[in-house]
Parts: sequence; structure tokens; C-alpha cells
Amino acid sequence: MLEQQFGMTVDTRTCVGCAACVIACKTENRLAEGYVRNWITTQTRGRFPELVMTIRSERCNHCRSAACVRACPTGASHYAAGGTVQVTGSKCTGCKACMAACPYDARYVDEQSGTVDKCTFCNHRTSRGMATTACQEVCPTRSIVFGDLNDPDSEISHLLAQRDWYTLKPDAGTRPSHYFLK
Amino acid sequence: MERREFLKIGGAGAAGSVLLGGLGTDWFGSYGDEIKDPGSDGEKIVPSFCELCFWKCGILAHVRNGRVTKITGNPKHPLSRGRLCPRGAGGTGLLYDPDRLQQPLVRVGKRGQQKFEAVSWDTALDEVAEGFEKIRRQHGPEHLALFYHGFGANWMKHLFKAYGSPNISAPSYAQCRGPRDVGFDLTFGSGVGSPENTDMANTRCLVLIGNHLGENMHNTQVQDFSEAIRNRADLIVVDPRFSVAASKARYWLPIRPGSDLALLLAWAHVLVHEGGYDRETVNQHGYGFDAFREHLKSHTPEWAYPRTGIKPAVIRETAALMAGAAPRAIVHPGRHVTWYGDDTQRSRMIALVNALLGSWGRRGGFLVPSQVELADYPMPEIRKNGLQPADRPAASQYPLADTVLAQGLCNATIPGYHDYDLKGWMVYGSNLPTTLPDPRKTYEAIRKLDFLVTIDVLPAEICGWSDVVLPECTYLERCDDLHNPYYKEPYVAVRQKVVEPLHQTKPGWWIARELADRLGLEQFFPWKDSEEYAMERAHGAGLDCETLRRDGVATGVSPPTCVEDGLRPEFWTDSGKIEFYSNRLQQAGFDPMPVYTDHGDPPAGYFRLLFGRTPTHTFGRTTNNRLLSETFKGNEVWLNAETARLRGLKHGEQVYLQNQDGVRSSFSAPLKVTERIRPDAVFLVHGYGRKARELRFAFGRGIDSAELVTQAKVDPIMGGTGMNVNFVAILRAEDVEEVA
Repeated sequence: MLEQQFGMTVDTRTCVGCAACVIACKTENRLAEGYVRNWITTQTRGRFPELVMTIRSERCNHCRSAACVRACPTGASHYAAGGTVQVTGSKCTGCKACMAACPYDARYVDEQSGTVDKCTFCNHRTSRGMATTACQEVCPTRSIVFGDLNDPDSEISHLLAQRDWYTLKPDAGTRPSHYFLK
Repeated sequence: MERREFLKIGGAGAAGSVLLGGLGTDWFGSYGDEIKDPGSDGEKIVPSFCELCFWKCGILAHVRNGRVTKITGNPKHPLSRGRLCPRGAGGTGLLYDPDRLQQPLVRVGKRGQQKFEAVSWDTALDEVAEGFEKIRRQHGPEHLALFYHGFGANWMKHLFKAYGSPNISAPSYAQCRGPRDVGFDLTFGSGVGSPENTDMANTRCLVLIGNHLGENMHNTQVQDFSEAIRNRADLIVVDPRFSVAASKARYWLPIRPGSDLALLLAWAHVLVHEGGYDRETVNQHGYGFDAFREHLKSHTPEWAYPRTGIKPAVIRETAALMAGAAPRAIVHPGRHVTWYGDDTQRSRMIALVNALLGSWGRRGGFLVPSQVELADYPMPEIRKNGLQPADRPAASQYPLADTVLAQGLCNATIPGYHDYDLKGWMVYGSNLPTTLPDPRKTYEAIRKLDFLVTIDVLPAEICGWSDVVLPECTYLERCDDLHNPYYKEPYVAVRQKVVEPLHQTKPGWWIARELADRLGLEQFFPWKDSEEYAMERAHGAGLDCETLRRDGVATGVSPPTCVEDGLRPEFWTDSGKIEFYSNRLQQAGFDPMPVYTDHGDPPAGYFRLLFGRTPTHTFGRTTNNRLLSETFKGNEVWLNAETARLRGLKHGEQVYLQNQDGVRSSFSAPLKVTERIRPDAVFLVHGYGRKARELRFAFGRGIDSAELVTQAKVDPIMGGTGMNVNFVAILRAEDVEEVA
């Protein structure tokens, strides 16, 4: 059996951009005031009244070819269990090379620790065997699904097989594990 | 936090790796995967229900080292189903708000000077009791009024009934939901309630009229709304603004503001005269249909087009979509519906279109909910004293209002409105200057008062004008009464104390009982505390109190909610049928069937002021919540892009708004230049532009829509205050400030 490759889908058809995911992430991860690890993006195209709008809940894409991992001089940014991208705080010097490299602006320097931080795909939960991230758990529209992309029976695999999807900035060559369902 | 607690947790060994990671000397050594446990999981998890809005979702509050770390949805609670809206998840932002009222305050100096002295609870309560006693002795108990909002108000309502005042009112009726329930009641013999009885999850066609679900975040409704989208239900959204819901819709109808009733009449015309209505329902349950059919004759889509701006073909296509989906079709009744003063008739017309679709009592339409019955706590009966409320100058006014009108009590404080004047107010959790239309009038009334006491969690504007301010603890710091709403899955939920009250705050039940003791009304508060009160009621209903405490909720068995499950629909109208023609309205001197009135267009240089919500806020109640403000820090003035271009206004520039009466907003807000709104309207998220300086986060952020609502058209049927009748001009901040 293949190793786990965690990923996430956000259904842009149902996501209303309420930001429950942002608040739940903040309390789950006890982020200080001013810091968020996920956010809402809204794009409107067209002219009144012929309009199309896309709403997405976004976060670190946990890329399989991650620019941040390549850019990190100390090995703090690395591929971790489940194919996720993590930052080892004790190895991070706060040099911000990863932040410059990340095409998604998914990282920040935590002023208190002086190190870079970002979405962990709630590895403190999943490593304990929990099936959901905090953002998925709270989502009132059930738009967020986290799971193992290598498990053909997982909900996320089914969704990706059945639905049209896209990733952000595919031209960056980063191979995100974060998908957006059309 | 953060540092001290951080070390404490590490020292306790709960997160040793964190400590090692942070302070270890093996800087570039390899620890493998260092998984940081943020430590938000509770050592104790307390089920309760939320109060960040008024939907009352079940929550699980996680407590660690005496602090609430996070709040998640209770999977067992029918309204949350394990999920929450952002506000519910952000409840700790209220609990730990550094601007909370911390101790009782008594006014020093003149009212409105906002000068207070911190006093003991005894001193404050004595002062309130003395104020009440004086009014009772000099004028009579009816001269004291209670304004309230929120679940904790039950204790104050009980106190007022015992005290003997009939003047008890919540602005959530005449300033919000009232017309809708009256309109539906006149038609089906039943209102839609809260939670609304719509079965959106199973519908095939959903019509939203000015109802911005997804921005208005009542948890269960939005869950069901997303379910409707997943089920590929057809969505039709009528809104002058391209709302989030509109962006999900098959049809967005950017209607001319104020003309919704014309569209509804045209839809009904198409269904009746061009075909598609549910003949069986109408024949079996309808009353007065022939007159209604005749009434609709002239209301063609062609008639509606110049009024609404919606093309006849689109009116026909959308009507056909509804008819094709019926009876699994919903024209949603909405929630905040006090717009133009004919809101009862518009709501009634919504009910009538649903009647034509045969969706009442049907799966995917409107369900008939039930309630778990609870026993009253045994106590002496409060004898009725026959005193009449002061909210209406004559009994004939607003004849179908089924509750006391909040703006009427405000009016009755100014001499000359009613036979008797109100002399004192208690205001519980309702910031009247941003709630009632025309704050100038509210302040005028406040100046006339002998006595004003406010009970609140945060120092809202109304507190600054009070004689005594009593700081209540938040919903996370108290037990309250049980909650047993009408719902498709009937249940009882318990609000439990999660942590001890912070500062010197006290729960409402305690405040009410202390006042009762001082007013000689102690026999009406015979219980030990709210917990004993709630558990006695649960026990009386045959519920297992231990299970209720452990789960936070107990569900009952529902009788059939729809025809598909064996419901035999009953209509509690005068005729016992669905009333297409209303004798009650006709006898009261109103149109027995809805008639369209035009609400005009903005004068040159002005825009219609529309206001609404953003998902992270419950109007002004949450705008000081720093946690919730991470994603929405202040409001913006939405303006159509082409209009902005023609006027040379730029996205992001600061503007003031000034209304038709010359009232200018106290603060400015950035302009949001967008394609997402009609050229004749501007939109504001309401609850901003706070003027209370003690709300240190919210103070001065954005524009307060309420202060620009100096005009209201009052619904003659039930007294709802239509507030979308104000027009504003946009002033550049640089021009305004230059003059100043």
C-alpha cells in the first residue's frame, strides 16, 4: 500500500466564505491576535449584472514540489509524514527565504517565536488518529474535506474522481495537495 | 497568554516537545517530525448553547487551565450538528474581550455625560430597586418598561410581570421579523418561527428575496442551504446586490429596490393565469381563491417589468422553475423584513405564492414543527392587573400586532403620545440607539426618563446614557433557562456554566432575583439558582437530568412534519383554510389581498441606503470582538462601479454618507467600488461606526447605518418600522474634513 498523501478539497460551489474555518483554526491552534493560517478569497468577474463570483477558503497548499522546502537553508521546511509540508521551529532561523519562495503567501513569521509558521493540516490532530482538521470540522457548508489522496476509497479521492477541480497557480510547478472543486 | 501559560503547560509535561523545540540547544539537530500540540483540547468539555446570535446552536466549550480555549459545535444538537458559524467559533472573543463591563456603575454628573463611578453590587441593586420603587409609588408599575434581546432576558421578563408592568418589548419584532410572521399567520394560520420551518435541505427550488443566506449565517439554515446546492436545487435570488447567495444562483434578479411585491404578484399571475399552480391544494384548502384570481388578472409580467426592472421572460421562466419543482419549492420568508412599511402585505404575498406552489406541510417546502413540552417551575401565580401597554395611542392602531412594539414604548416616553408616560426603562442586551429607527428620537426619550438601568456585557452606547449599568456575565459563565423551540426535530437544550464569571460580573437570573428580593417579589423567585430551576423543569418533563447535562441536549420524538410522512395539514386561520382573501384584514380596514405601492426612487445625487450582514458579525453585538474581526475589521460603502467612474470616486477612498434629512455619518468608511450592486443603491454592513469610546476596538470603525435611518415607514397592520426608505449622498472625506 502506498504511503499516505494528505490533501484537501474545498467545494467552491457551496463555500459561502463565512470564515468559520479561519476562526476555528485560530482557536484550535491558539494563534495570537493578528495571525491567521487560512483565509477567504473572493473573485468577481464580469460587469453588472452579468457576474460570476468564486469564493474559496485557502491555506498552505502542502505542495508535493514545494518551493519553500527548496528555498529553506536549514531544512526547517520539510516534507513530513503524510506528504505534508511542515516547519520545524527549532531549525527555523526566521530568514524568510521560504516566504519569498511560496507562490501562495501562505506563511508568516510568528513574532513571539521568531520562526515561520503556517497551516499544518492539523498534524497534531491527525497524528492522534483524528480524521478531520479544525477547519473541516467547523465548516457549516461541509465544503472542506481533508483526507488521504492515495486511498482510492477516501471521500477526497471520490470527490476528485467525480468532480472538476483545479489547483492554484499550476504554472508554478508546485503540485499542490490542495484542490478546489468547481 | 501567551508566554507564561506556554511555559506552564510545557512544565506540566503536556507539551514537552514544544518546550524543547523552543528552548533546546541542539539548534540544527534532528528531531524527526516535531508535532506541536497547541494545547487547545479541553481537559474539561462543557456542552451548552451559543448566544453570539439568537439561533442558539449547541456548542462544546473546551476548558484548559481554567480558560476556554476553543468552542466547537455539539454533534448531538439538532441546530449545530457538530458545526458552527464563525461567530459561534469566536465566542472566546466575547468572553475575553478586554473592554467588557467589569463592575456595576452608577452615573455621576448629568445623564449622557458618560461619567460613572464603580460601586458594589449592593449599592447598584439598591439604587435600581429604589428607582423602580419610586416609579411604582409615584406613578404605578406600568410606567416602567423593559426592552430586551437575547435568551437571558427570560429572567427580566419574569421580574417585570411580577412587578406588574405590561410594557415588555423586544425590537426583534417590529424592527425585524414581525411582519413575516403576521403575513404567514394571516395566510396559513401559523408563523414561520425561529428556527424557520423551511425544509431547504430537501427542496428542489429555493427563492430568496433580499435574504442573504451565507452572509446572514444562521448555522442550520446555511447548512441546509449548502445541502440544497449539493442537491442541485434551482436557486433564484432576488436582490439589488449580487450577494453570496446570488453568486450561487441559477437566476439573479437585480430588482429595483422596493418593488418585490410587484414581482410576487406577477409570479402569482403567471402561476394562476398561465398555469402551474397546485390546483389540488387550492381546491382542497384554499379560501377566497376566485377573488384572488380576479385580483391577479392585471398583474402581468408586462405590468411588473417597468416597476421591477425584471424582464417578463425572466419572470415567466422563474415562475415555471418554481412550478416544476412544486411542492418541493420554497419562496423563503426571510428574517429581517422591515423594509418599506408594507412588509406584512409583501410577506403575505410570499405566503400566497407558497400556497400556490402547495408547499406548506410538504417535504422540501414548509414543515410543521413540534416542541418538547416542559413543566413550569412551581411558584405562585402572578395575578393579572389589567394594565394596558403604552406602545399605541389608540387600541385601533396596528390592530394585528401580537406583541408590544418597541418603538411605541420609546414614543410613549415622550409626553403626549399615550394616556400615560413611561418614566423608567430597563434595557437588557439591546442597544436601542442602533436598533430603533431615528436615534435622535431615542435620545430625546432617554432625556425624559426618571430612571434608566442597563444590563449588558459590553459598554454599548445605551450604557453611557444610563443611571445604573449592571455588568452581566457572558453566556459561557452562567446557566440559563432551558431552550425548547418548535423544530422539525423537537429538543431541549441546556445552557451550562463553562467557567466562573470574570471580573465582578453576575448572571441575569441572580440580578433579577436580587431585585425581586428588594421589591418584595421574592415569592416569584423561589428557586435556589438557575441550574436548580432548569433541572426542576427538565425533571418535571420526565427528562433524565444527568444525560441532559452530559449531552447538552435531549431530543424528543417528532410527530409527522409533512404530508409525505402522514401529516394531515391544519390551518389555524378564521376559515380553517389557506386564506387567499383575508376577511380579518378587510374588517380591520386593510387590503384583503396584497396591493402594490411604489416606494419611489432616490432623488438626484442620492442612493437608497441598504444594509445587511457579514458572516462574522451579529450587527453591533459582535463588532468589538477582536477574534471575529480578524477577517472583517470594518464596513465599506458599496457603490456600483460605473456610477463611481461617472462621479470620479475611487475604490478605497474614505467617504461620509449624508441622508435626506441632513444627518451625516459620524465617521467615514472606505468606498468599495464594485460591480456587485445596482447603480441606485449603496450597501453597508450594519453594526459599525460605534460611538461608545469604551468599545476601544469598534469605536469609530466605519459608518453606522442606524444613525442614517432617520425615516421609517410604519406598517399600519402591525407596526413594523420599514427602514429601507432612506436616501444618502456620498461625500468625500477630504471635502468634509476640509470644511470642518
